Amino acid sequence: MRTILIVAAKEFQDGVRNRWVAAISIMLALFAMGISYFGAAASGGVGFTSLSTTIVSLSSLAIFLIPLIALILAYDTIVGEEEQGTLILLLTYPLQRSQLMAGKFVGHAGIMALATLLGFASAGLMIAIFSPVVSMEELLSAYPLFVFSSILLGWIFIAMAYLISAVASEKSRATGLALAVWFLFVFVFDLALLGMLVATGGSVADELFSYLLLFNPTDIFRLLNLTSFEATRVQAGLVSIASDELMRPVVLIISMVFWIVIPYLLAVWRFKRRVV
Amino acid sequence: MTQDAIQLDEVTLRYGQVKALDGISLTIPRGEVIGLLGHNGAGKTTTIKLLLGLLSPASGAVRVFDTDPAHSPRAHELRRQIGYLPENLSFYPQLSGRETLRYFARLKGASQQEQNRLLQEVGLSHAADRRVKTYSKGMRQRLGLAQALLNQPKLLILDEPTVGLDPVATRDLYNRIDILKQQGTTVILCSHVLAGIEEHIDRAVILAGGRILALGNLDELRHAAQLPMHIRVRGSLPEEGWMSRIGEQGVSLERINGSQYLFTTPESEKIPLLRTLVKEPGVKDIEISEPSLEAIYTFFSSQWRM
Repeated sequence: MRTILIVAAKEFQDGVRNRWVAAISIMLALFAMGISYFGAAASGGVGFTSLSTTIVSLSSLAIFLIPLIALILAYDTIVGEEEQGTLILLLTYPLQRSQLMAGKFVGHAGIMALATLLGFASAGLMIAIFSPVVSMEELLSAYPLFVFSSILLGWIFIAMAYLISAVASEKSRATGLALAVWFLFVFVFDLALLGMLVATGGSVADELFSYLLLFNPTDIFRLLNLTSFEATRVQAGLVSIASDELMRPVVLIISMVFWIVIPYLLAVWRFKRRVV
Repeated sequence: MTQDAIQLDEVTLRYGQVKALDGISLTIPRGEVIGLLGHNGAGKTTTIKLLLGLLSPASGAVRVFDTDPAHSPRAHELRRQIGYLPENLSFYPQLSGRETLRYFARLKGASQQEQNRLLQEVGLSHAADRRVKTYSKGMRQRLGLAQALLNQPKLLILDEPTVGLDPVATRDLYNRIDILKQQGTTVILCSHVLAGIEEHIDRAVILAGGRILALGNLDELRHAAQLPMHIRVRGSLPEEGWMSRIGEQGVSLERINGSQYLFTTPESEKIPLLRTLVKEPGVKDIEISEPSLEAIYTFFSSQWRM
């Protein structure tokens, strides 16, 4: 355990100093605050709007930026260390590969949680203080789940970044794979589902589509943040077709945890077989 | 407990179709400084990785301090006793030298006091709080050395340790190796700068194509290679008389300038030749140069290629 914490502390320190991560985290905070205030601009008004609309907008922001922060933070965690010569060195130290990975995950997960908390807590605070339309009670009932699921979303993409890093033979390939993963889950997957929906003329059972949504963690995240707001389902795009059974938060949170655990375990498995 | 630090017994290892090591047997006693030499792809790095437990042999046995470094339950403990400086080490650019050393020290269970001492000893105290990305190659190499010396290892493996080091730092490194040897540390030194390590190693092992071409101390290797040695003479010699005498024994003589001669002689003729030379009234100075490690290495390598 001590070994894991030593690695975690180092990764945290290293990650905090990553300028790209810092820049995108600041961007996240600024956009989040902007959306909280200008969220209703599209519907013609400027100023605070209902919490459900704000959370839907913030969810879109989270889906764009959080996977990006996570991937930038962690895509080179193995292949990068290998290229700078520290991986072979670490493996000659008294620590196991699984401990190294666990430590890295704890450290990176901490940074992700911090970036997300700072970004969305600032927006939440702004809503709490200045919004005339959102009550404190309403905010506390929905916002913590949103922030928590945003953190989970970040952890999912950290686990995926590890898998990329454990598979890639060079850092440049890991960069390409990380971009591909980002595109796949943020854009391509939903477009492909939409295309399928159009092509089949909507004849595919809703149930099947609901399950297909579970294959994209960003869709699970979106679903989770709509469960509390029936009114926002129309704004939710593709995920509005999901069946009610799937909309249960517990099911969605468990699905998200699976999306962390499975890529992480695959990454550890792959890393243990990697010849350094 | 045996007196040997390292035992490799008929070790074979393949990377796919390529035989990286082909039946290597080598015993290194505790406290010995050994040079591991060979061209790129000779099997040096593979041998080091075996000793570090990063690879397992396809056949044969590897023992480091009586422990299988890859599979033994004691391998974890063994790693605390091994210091390693890999080739091309660049560290974490965002951390300072002190933070980097602290990270590795914590993993190895070395004290804060030791970290400070090592930073001072490798000459990095003044730059310890600067980020590693601002370090020169030599400074990173010194940080790497400090890391390798954490916990006073019983076995130190240095892969191209002098790359990037200035002459003063290089001399300091070799001095340190001499001190470590006196303290009983076993040192494996991989280097292409053969002239530098010549005086500091007890034995050399020359690898090629995954096999040991030669193993021994410098005298043994010189003897095995049968390389001629050079004797430089200053003064005047009755040239014609000498020229007629030397050819038979395999000795050659070359006049370099008006007052210098260069004899090239097999080792067996060295002493008789010297005896005769000192009796020459015109000889003012005699300088003997034995085949260098580089010459020995070149000889064995060329033998292998033929």
